[in-house]
Amino acid sequence: MIRIDCPICGLRTETEFTYGADATVTRPAMDETATQPWVDYVFNRDNPRGWHLEYWHHVQGCRQWLVLERNTLTHEVGSCRLAREVDHEAS
Amino acid sequence: MKRLETGGRIDREAPLSVSFDGTALSAFQGDTLSAAMLASGVTVVGRSFKYHRPRGVYAAGVEEPNALVHLRDGARHEPNVRATTTEVFDGLTCTSQNAWPNLRYDIGAVNNLFSRFLSAGFYYKTFIGPFRNSTRFWMMCETFIRKAAGMGRGTYLEDPDSYEKRHVHCDVLVIGGGAAGLTAALAAGRAGARVILVEQDSELGGAILSDPVGSDADNWRISVTKELGGMDNVQILTRTTAVGAYDSDTFVLIERVSDHLKAPENHQPRQRFWQVHAKRAVLASGAIERPLIFGGNDKPGVMLAHAARSYLNRYAVLVGDTIIVATNNDTAYQAAFDLGTAGANVTLLDARQSVDAALLAEAKGAGVTVKTGHGVLAAHGRGRVSAVEIAPIDAGGRATGPISRVPCDTLAISAGWTPSVHLWTQRHGKPGFDDASALFLAAPKETDALQTAGSVNAVETLEEVITQGFAQGAEAAKQAGADGAAGICPAAFAARDWPHDPDVIWGVFTRDGKTKGKAFVDLQHDVKVSDIDQAHQEGYVSVEHLKRYTTTGMATDQGKLSNMNALSRMAEQRGLRVPEVGTTTFRPPFIPTAIGALVGHEHGQHFRPTRLSPMHQWHVEHGAKLTQAGAWMRPWYYPQSGETLTAAYIREAAHAREHVGIIDVSTLGKIAVQGPDAAEFLNRIYVNGWKTLQVGRLRYGVMLREDGFVMDDGATARLGENDYFMTTTTANAAKVLGFAEHLLQTAWKDLRVHVTTVTDQWGTIAVAGPKARTLLSKVSDADLNREAVPNNHFVTATIADSPVRIHRMSYSGELAYEVYIPAGFATRVWERLIDAGTEFDLSPYGTEAMGALRIEKGHVAGPEIEGRTTLKDLGLEGFAASKKPFVGSVLRQRPVLDDPTRPTLVGLEIEGQVGAKAGSLLFPLQGETQGHGDGWVSSTTYSPALGKYIALGLLNNGKQRLGETIRVVNFVGNETLQAKVTSHHFFDPEGERQNG
Repeated sequence: MIRIDCPICGLRTETEFTYGADATVTRPAMDETATQPWVDYVFNRDNPRGWHLEYWHHVQGCRQWLVLERNTLTHEVGSCRLAREVDHEAS
Repeated sequence: MKRLETGGRIDREAPLSVSFDGTALSAFQGDTLSAAMLASGVTVVGRSFKYHRPRGVYAAGVEEPNALVHLRDGARHEPNVRATTTEVFDGLTCTSQNAWPNLRYDIGAVNNLFSRFLSAGFYYKTFIGPFRNSTRFWMMCETFIRKAAGMGRGTYLEDPDSYEKRHVHCDVLVIGGGAAGLTAALAAGRAGARVILVEQDSELGGAILSDPVGSDADNWRISVTKELGGMDNVQILTRTTAVGAYDSDTFVLIERVSDHLKAPENHQPRQRFWQVHAKRAVLASGAIERPLIFGGNDKPGVMLAHAARSYLNRYAVLVGDTIIVATNNDTAYQAAFDLGTAGANVTLLDARQSVDAALLAEAKGAGVTVKTGHGVLAAHGRGRVSAVEIAPIDAGGRATGPISRVPCDTLAISAGWTPSVHLWTQRHGKPGFDDASALFLAAPKETDALQTAGSVNAVETLEEVITQGFAQGAEAAKQAGADGAAGICPAAFAARDWPHDPDVIWGVFTRDGKTKGKAFVDLQHDVKVSDIDQAHQEGYVSVEHLKRYTTTGMATDQGKLSNMNALSRMAEQRGLRVPEVGTTTFRPPFIPTAIGALVGHEHGQHFRPTRLSPMHQWHVEHGAKLTQAGAWMRPWYYPQSGETLTAAYIREAAHAREHVGIIDVSTLGKIAVQGPDAAEFLNRIYVNGWKTLQVGRLRYGVMLREDGFVMDDGATARLGENDYFMTTTTANAAKVLGFAEHLLQTAWKDLRVHVTTVTDQWGTIAVAGPKARTLLSKVSDADLNREAVPNNHFVTATIADSPVRIHRMSYSGELAYEVYIPAGFATRVWERLIDAGTEFDLSPYGTEAMGALRIEKGHVAGPEIEGRTTLKDLGLEGFAASKKPFVGSVLRQRPVLDDPTRPTLVGLEIEGQVGAKAGSLLFPLQGETQGHGDGWVSSTTYSPALGKYIALGLLNNGKQRLGETIRVVNFVGNETLQAKVTSHHFFDPEGERQNG
């Protein structure tokens, strides 16, 4: 029962959100034709112990995708940013 | 056992009618059920879980392991109710559990004689072998064993009561209304914080309620409670238990709103579930007295020392005439003194070799005989304790001298106190071990929002309990942002201290370290000291394994009494100290909790929201049978007088092919895709190309998941330069929208596109059949000639004064249109079509006929797009563009997905007059029908157009098997059919009808 501080809506309860995906992976560019980068993006995941970045979707709120820092060990929640404002190195 | 003439917190003016096993009890307002039982001389309340030993009241609170009853009758019947926390009400009925034919003559008690066969690991050792395939035999035995060894029985009747949920926020949540909790709430309240104070009892005061009425302690309680009651910023919740502490400092409370009444009154719920978000919380949950271990420690008449004191001072019940108090600590002296003063003949056995002289002097004054260095080796008596064997003991609790037999009728025991750290450990993990007190304690960090105060910290003096509670309350308020002054802490009253003793004796044993007779560690689950020993001998070293092997601490009381003693025995056996053995983890809920309270209103029709089409009411009024499609209610079929589903859908489907039919398809997902890069977005998310689609046209599209499997399909219309209108299947609307939003907000941030759901803004009617054009031309102002509006075009028009959009596209295979109507006008347009349709023999049709029509056409739907099928599997690979990348375009080409033997979509013409069941497996005509077969049936129907039963299926290597006759095996119904493999385009494969 975590609470998430949505940058648009403020501190809201977990039931308004759905977990989406691992936010540390970067989607390959559209013109990427090699299979391996797509396999890595879709299937291969680390299983980190401790702080992690996750995509959460404020489905019952502003419908924004968020990048949430969450500790997989303690369930502590850290920063929460709009996904559209988080830069990934590649795209 | 008797009720005293005076004293207690009961209302002697308000006698209540209460019965146990059909016998009336003496009960007054203010009693608990266990107090009424004791006052009425009830010695045996129930039979134990495994050995069916008679058991009586053992405690006076939530920790009660024995006095569990069936409470109430009929639909409100509840099993395993603790008599010690049940407030009596007029008309209360309860019965004993786990005894047959009755409490006195219980046949199951034969288990007691065979106890050596029912020891730790009984199930694991018994239910294996000796012969092959003996599992079934043992499962049959288990049925009987479970019946004999068990708790109460539940009811199958529907719960007549309601439950509700509340979500609240506060600055400071104080858990526990004893001395520490009261002062914590007081300090926080004075500072101006918004405080919620939770107390599981019906009254505030905690242990003070077990002090005599009118005592200094009681006056202190009244004064503090009064001040709290006058504070608008302090909400006091009694009869409310904090059962869970969760992440983000969220707490769950269960308020028993009506459990103290015969039935809920004034439309109140039975219980209320509170979810509390607290900036700070103070855990002042106190401590639970621990039993001493010795042979026969489970006999009726044995009870916790402070329980005996509670019954005396709170309920005016003297639990015995000749009482032996056996203890290892100072706190039990207070119970001995009060019992002695009330007229009982009290002897106190203190396991310690030396005791403070002042205490001994006080005992002498109270008429209590004290024997130091003595313990109870065994309790005896049939039905109830009648005598105990006592012996001098050494520092390890072993008998060192001659054993003497002393008569008594009650044995009050105390082996010290166990802090109730449950909620803290739920939130923060394993507790720390405190060497000074030899106890597991919470170990809060300064930054933690959950603080602790009072006896839960094993605080030694009452003064410190009070000042600590006050200080923690003030600190919590300050941290929560309340900056008022907490003022002066109320002065303490006189009370007995709880001096720490790291070398407590927890049990009394013979010279060789055994117990004399059965000595129970866990009373509710009948786990003996010898079971712990046996587990040790068999090599169990992990405390978690020990718990599961012996089942200690796994009953409904979750080891509130047993945990520390089981750990102590295990540590002793392993030659370790208790902290080296470790402790198990406490999990929510703190007490057994009604499922109804967790469910609240979310059951039946309210389990999830129901979505209704804007035309729903019309369907209901015109006799439609409805079906659930996800959250939606949809017209399934419109039966004519007495028609069955089968007759109706065949008629409706045939009618649409011959005349014209309409169906409400408002449930389709609708997404507005808008922005300068909308075409590029569609080009990426759909497998087919979108750059050439002109305004005024629409196109069918298929989309894949990232892993290359088919996700959804539907048509998208280009309404304007930068304005597209996407439709999805009913089931996948939310998934497609969320996926689109994810891509646009993460990987495709450069695309200037916005997606918005407009599902609820539009009602949609599909008009299908040879007369569809004529009908729509009559009701609208649109020119729908085939030259003006060919397939995959749309026009705007007006029907019944409502603006509409008419898309020409066909799902049924007939000449067909979809009419999109602003939701508020949808029923009006539907009615206009119905009225105008009379002359064309218009008939509405439901989802079952729609399914028949689409199967005849071989269109895929949910049963085919089920997450495991590729474009190629479904015969849709022709849609995939080769020159542009799209979602899934690389991974769909993985070699494994290109295997020609994969199951592919085929049609099945069923032989005979019985249809195939969806999910049936496909097998060749010859050979064994074992395993998963060559494929499966996905969709099935009777085809009025073909005059036979048909089905869609996925068949290994299906494309190469057209014409083959195969078997369709329904293992559930044990039915085998034969079918011819055909193309899935059963009807009008050239599409002449829809293009007409």
